Amino acid sequence: MLQLSVNKRGLPKSTLIDLRRGEGGILEDLDLPEEDARRLMEMGFLPGSRIIAALSAPGGDPRVFRVDGSEVALRRETAARLKIRCDSSLREADLSL
Amino acid sequence: MSTCHSCPAASATAATHRVVAVIGPPNCGKTTLFNRLTGLRQKVANFPGVTVEQHTGIVRLSDGREVGLIDLPGLYSLHPRSEDEKIAADVLLGRRRDTPRPDGILLILDSTNLGRHLMLAAPILSLGIPTLVVLNMADDLRERGGSLDLASLSAQLGAPVALVSARRGEGLEQIFKFFGETRPTPRPLELPVLSDIPRCRQWAGRVGDRSSYHPPAPPVWTRRLDSVFLHPVAGPIIFGLVVIAVFQSIFTAATPLMDGTRDLIALSGAWVGSLLPDSILRSLLVEGVWGGVGQVLVFLPQILLLFLFIGILEDSGYLARAALIADRTMARFGLQGKSFIPLLSAYACAVPAILSTRTIENKRDRIATILIAPFMTCSARLPVYTLIIAAFLPERPVLGGFLGTRATAMLGLYLLGFLTAIATARVLKSSILRSTRTQFVLEMPSYRWPTLQSLGLRLLDRSKVFVRRAGTVILTVAIVLWILAHLPVHDGKAPPIEQSVVGVLGHTMEPVIRPLGFNWKIGIGLITSLAAREVIVGTLGTIYGMEPQSQALDLERALQKDLTFGGAVALLVFFAFALQCFSTIAVVRRETGGWKWPAAQFAYMITLAYLGAFAANRLLS
Repeated sequence: MLQLSVNKRGLPKSTLIDLRRGEGGILEDLDLPEEDARRLMEMGFLPGSRIIAALSAPGGDPRVFRVDGSEVALRRETAARLKIRCDSSLREADLSL
Repeated sequence: MSTCHSCPAASATAATHRVVAVIGPPNCGKTTLFNRLTGLRQKVANFPGVTVEQHTGIVRLSDGREVGLIDLPGLYSLHPRSEDEKIAADVLLGRRRDTPRPDGILLILDSTNLGRHLMLAAPILSLGIPTLVVLNMADDLRERGGSLDLASLSAQLGAPVALVSARRGEGLEQIFKFFGETRPTPRPLELPVLSDIPRCRQWAGRVGDRSSYHPPAPPVWTRRLDSVFLHPVAGPIIFGLVVIAVFQSIFTAATPLMDGTRDLIALSGAWVGSLLPDSILRSLLVEGVWGGVGQVLVFLPQILLLFLFIGILEDSGYLARAALIADRTMARFGLQGKSFIPLLSAYACAVPAILSTRTIENKRDRIATILIAPFMTCSARLPVYTLIIAAFLPERPVLGGFLGTRATAMLGLYLLGFLTAIATARVLKSSILRSTRTQFVLEMPSYRWPTLQSLGLRLLDRSKVFVRRAGTVILTVAIVLWILAHLPVHDGKAPPIEQSVVGVLGHTMEPVIRPLGFNWKIGIGLITSLAAREVIVGTLGTIYGMEPQSQALDLERALQKDLTFGGAVALLVFFAFALQCFSTIAVVRRETGGWKWPAAQFAYMITLAYLGAFAANRLLS
């Protein structure tokens, strides 16, 4: 699933499902029908926002993402439609906090 | 729905000076604040014509004036997408004839997540209605080291701002002050284009920055608890333990309360009987009303205990985690985690559960959830299950004393309902209700201590519903049954029950139910319980109370004489499957817009009930 295409800034491009727990990225694009995208944007999934992958349900799906001050759970197939720029500086050292 | 009696908003406003709408995003503590402000002076109803719940209440000010409050559904924007959001927008714009346009708004926002929550301020403030911006969760903000400049925020929004903690009751005087004064229409603000979400978010961020908003540190306790409750191994185990603990305590903790209620009802029945001369009226009161309605009221403590647990799980924030854990399993049956919450509340009652399916955006998922919800063991089945299990199963410890045989049997019945529900969902979703897998988006609220007030109000509300049902549906059925059991009158005397209208009716239908192991008395119970499941308990109470040979026995012992073990299990299975509830049928008809789905649902469930009971009786007799 990992897309190894490279964007303008030369950083590897991928989607939310490529993030492991504690890793973060910058949202670039929501590849979803307009109504679905709107709902997510109202919850904080706006292009340019920082998203950190947190805990998940047993089995890894759905997963909780930290975005804009709240935690939102998404199913894998939705997370796979949210394109991000990986950003290694967005790593949360202590996830229990 | 045109009279004031059936329209609480109208009656709340007729006597008051002002109407204030309470609005805010989900998880902002809106309900806690509404409860705090109105206390016992509140009502729940539906907006006429739609299924959105309408909470209204009255606040009494210190000068004796009253303000009417309307609690609108939680929403992220006024973009009219779901029915909830459309109603809220219509009320605020004065487009609903049944609800007056509010002349004030309380906009409740979570002060610990102001950046995002302020997005809702733009569309609300642009309405031109005097608004108080209430920043809730002040205690959380303070404890986690966040801060902001209220005066500056107020200046930028052009509206007064109050920092409160609804849970602790801090800062409420500012809200009362707002209620008490007449405010001028706010001056127009420079607001972003409302349909442009990124712009709105930028605007909200800018307003926050200029008010020196420092967001608080992450919620440490929520994250610590999540690392346990969402742990890959411990999480599901805790989930299972929570479910088992709830069932076990419904049985053990409720028993003394139920015994007390039973004694109280028996004593009061005897007292009423002793006051009256031997007459038709005494017979009606003692056999019909006390025997019928009283038997059902005994189960109120047990039902309240179940609602208490569901309330604690919901208010603490655990229910959202449970939905998350359940999502994958639900997905396997073609449903989604959001179906979990209606299905869980269907354990209490299918009617609110079916109403709460409107949070499911996908129409086919929603219909599938509505169709399977009545399989979940609702509280009306509890009286029937408890009675039969107590009569036929001796209590012994199993699993090293952690669980009793009776709680295990109960758990088994809950499981039976649940498994049938998901199997049905599977069939529906792979045939007539097939759809692509849908989105699951669920915000995880921070964990919070449930407040005693909110839990208390929930229980009070449920008690009212239960007692009202006992006083209307169950009472009517009990009286009609009693009358039919005393007809036809010969020489001024009622016939023996076998020869009464009820007895003849029961004997006529006996061939149909004989294969299930039921006799004519159970058959009458099955008919009366079509109105509501728990009615069978009252019906049997009345019938046995009139029979000379069983009069002296309590209901349990009378049943033991009438049913074999196989027949008892068959009766349990019948109740697990059959759709015996007028209210559910009515709400399904309204929600699905016709008789097609409720008719199919009723036919399917009764067929399953008959076949299941037949099989159980055959295998065990």
